[in-house]
Amino acid sequence: MTSGAAGRATRSTLFHMVSMAIAIAFLFPLLWALLNSFKTREEANQQPPTWFPHSLSVANYRSLAGFDQGIGTYLVNSVLLAVLTVIGSVVVCVLGGYGFARFAFRGRTLLFGATLGILMVPYATILLPLYIVLGHLGLQNSLIGLALVLVMFQLPFGIYLMRNSFESVPRELEEAALVDGASSFGAMRHVSLRIVLPGVVTVALFSFLTSWNEYLAPLIFLNDGAKYTLPVMLVNIRYASYNIIDFGALQAGVVVAMLPCLLVYLLLQRFYVSGLVTGALRG
Amino acid sequence: MSLTTTRAGTEAPATGAATRRSRGTAARRPLTGLLFVTPTAVIVAGLFLVPLAILVYMSFMDWPLLGSPEFDGLDNYRHLTHDSQFVGAITFTLLYTAITTVVLFAVAFVLVAISNSPRRGSRFYRTAFFLPYVVGTAAASTMWWVDSSDRLGVFNQVLQGTGITGKPVGFLDTPGKALFTVITLVTWKFVGFQMVVLLVGVQSVPGELYEAARVDGASTFQRLRYITLPGIKPTIALLTVLSVTGSLLAFDQFYVLTHGGPDNSTMTVVLALYNKAFQSYRLGDAAAEAVVLLVALIVLNFVQLRLLRTKED
Repeated sequence: MTSGAAGRATRSTLFHMVSMAIAIAFLFPLLWALLNSFKTREEANQQPPTWFPHSLSVANYRSLAGFDQGIGTYLVNSVLLAVLTVIGSVVVCVLGGYGFARFAFRGRTLLFGATLGILMVPYATILLPLYIVLGHLGLQNSLIGLALVLVMFQLPFGIYLMRNSFESVPRELEEAALVDGASSFGAMRHVSLRIVLPGVVTVALFSFLTSWNEYLAPLIFLNDGAKYTLPVMLVNIRYASYNIIDFGALQAGVVVAMLPCLLVYLLLQRFYVSGLVTGALRG
Repeated sequence: MSLTTTRAGTEAPATGAATRRSRGTAARRPLTGLLFVTPTAVIVAGLFLVPLAILVYMSFMDWPLLGSPEFDGLDNYRHLTHDSQFVGAITFTLLYTAITTVVLFAVAFVLVAISNSPRRGSRFYRTAFFLPYVVGTAAASTMWWVDSSDRLGVFNQVLQGTGITGKPVGFLDTPGKALFTVITLVTWKFVGFQMVVLLVGVQSVPGELYEAARVDGASTFQRLRYITLPGIKPTIALLTVLSVTGSLLAFDQFYVLTHGGPDNSTMTVVLALYNKAFQSYRLGDAAAEAVVLLVALIVLNFVQLRLLRTKED
């Protein structure tokens, strides 16, 4: 439309200059934390900061090992919480989604409505009574109790996604297995589950990220330092001793907390975006 | 979100039931179906409906952390009206929500323009813009807190290095600067999500419409105004709800970056609620605050639902 090749080239250069500047601004804080985490303790706390580490060191990660219970404990707790939440969400959402997709039973609409209703209730508002309920169940200050709460918050998205996925699998495929004497569960497991696997990965991915990153719920439900997860540890370091905060350790902690999410995202990008779109646009 | 939710809840089962009856497979007995949804039912009842009922109940009680709760009627709600911290928190949260929503959209549109471009590299840009979204809010806020430090933070280093400021800026020192710093963090972290969802909306607008407009001699601006914008209206409405809801519930970023300060000037509703429940242990008052927040958000969702519905007609 405009004037010739020269104009197009200029516009293209301009486009890339602006885009690259913005991209660098977005990536910079992530890279900066990574870079700083490998400085020596002295250099990481030096004023003004240096751009590039003068010498590489894992001292900051070592000092994390000495913070309170040690980062090992928090890492294990985070992994444990993530495993519990992912397994819980996948099992409940696959079973529930299949039930809603394939069966008619009394109260079906009501239960489905109530499940989606969780979305309408801002989760911060019910953490308080949940704290009391978990107390009665003997699950206060427990990673299992916390995982159950996180599974509950995954349900509207997960059940909705799995129900739709199962609905898109033709019944005829399962009928052959049923005629051969398979149970409903067997038909689901051997026939349909394979087809809806992308949906399962999406549910697992979202529950992983939620449980790994969640801060408010662990802050409220866990009161034993040995049970804290990584985000709680991070904020505790930030508030540890107001004037002598170890910036190097803090940034090493940030790296440990964010790296798994970044890697998982880069590996499973496809499922992530499809999930976001379902979650956000609801079909 | 809410609209299609209702649709799925009412229409889909009806058509589903019809096909099921016509087939009448013996194995598909209602009892089996119930078994499949039992875990869902238990969790929804035990960890959602019951706590919801308890919340409402608590809001009418004087509920200390230790000792037995006592009924106190509407007292908790009465406390709210002259609780200056809560009223201040509402005002601040609304301000924060309004600014965040506008800024997020403004930046997201720029990012959509870049990542929707047919030029090479737009995929890389898209990934770069989106990456901060997968970092947890607590980790991102901690990172931002380090970076905005006046002694050791890189933001000041950049500003001073480029000669924009001579002296270090205390990014969290005044109410205005603290709000600004939180909003930069939130934009950095959340705008990628906004961009991806908008991008899906933009790409779902049928290409023929643009072709037809081009044939009719419509300008770029006219195509944007009369084809793209109407096409992504539902997406915009949806993102508005998500952004407003998310901002009204902001906690992590304020807890880590400002802790509500300086002088409670950046106290959000959820932060106030948290303090009331877990610092002053006035659980009844906190429950009343939660109920107010809950009702406000449900009303907001319904208003949005109506708007979406009229748009689809």
